[in-house]
Amino acid sequence: MAERYSSFSSGSTRWFLQRISAAFLVVTLAFHFLLLHFYHHAPEITFGGSAGRYSVPAYFVTMVLFLAAATFHGTNGIYNALVNQGVTGTPKRVAKWVLVVAGVLVFVQGIRIALTLMGASA
Amino acid sequence: MSQSHNRGLVEDFGRWREFSAGMWAWVFHKFTGWVLIGYLFTHIAVLSSALSGRAAYTSTLQGLEQLAVVRVLEVGLLAVAVFHILNGIRLLFVDLGVGLDLDTQEKSFYASLILTGIIVVASVPVFLEGL
Repeated sequence: MAERYSSFSSGSTRWFLQRISAAFLVVTLAFHFLLLHFYHHAPEITFGGSAGRYSVPAYFVTMVLFLAAATFHGTNGIYNALVNQGVTGTPKRVAKWVLVVAGVLVFVQGIRIALTLMGASA
Repeated sequence: MSQSHNRGLVEDFGRWREFSAGMWAWVFHKFTGWVLIGYLFTHIAVLSSALSGRAAYTSTLQGLEQLAVVRVLEVGLLAVAVFHILNGIRLLFVDLGVGLDLDTQEKSFYASLILTGIIVVASVPVFLEGL
């Protein structure tokens, strides 16, 4: 069988989720850049404009899923990189829980921002 | 069966002369990944100004956009995001068993680099507009 170049062993749920989130992020990250730098221009971003976008349910849901996918993909990616660098034992467990807590915090904060922007447009 | 590779420590900077295209792809993907997750935390921190009200959000974002260094850093962010996306697509295809042979992997890595360069250079005027 052909040699694989993955940094970590395939077949696990995290391995699968890393790739599913990657495929989703390819689309949403490109969309995010195109919308907020090329369609709208970053220097012209206002609270009213952001609130208007978040009042659209499809945009709100897409952004929440984008945040969830980016948070998982990023923190899991760091964890994989650390494991790949040979981190084991207690440092590995500490890294895992620091990343879990950091991921939850950034996700919750992102949701608070999204809800604020969505609520402000009502 | 999948198989992991012992690539040694990237921190051994003196090894860079020995790197093949595949190793550079691996190093660049890790580096851009670290930058992107770092930026996610920074981005959420900046957008948290929304919790302080309309004026705080608008003035924070527009104030940052008036800084030339922020615009230049945004071009850098675009570069790492585009490379991570294009190389990520390449890796997804490799995981699906498409383009596994070494020659195709190297060519698709170089294509990712060249396309990243073209997209970034073409986007510079948009990112620096109004400075």
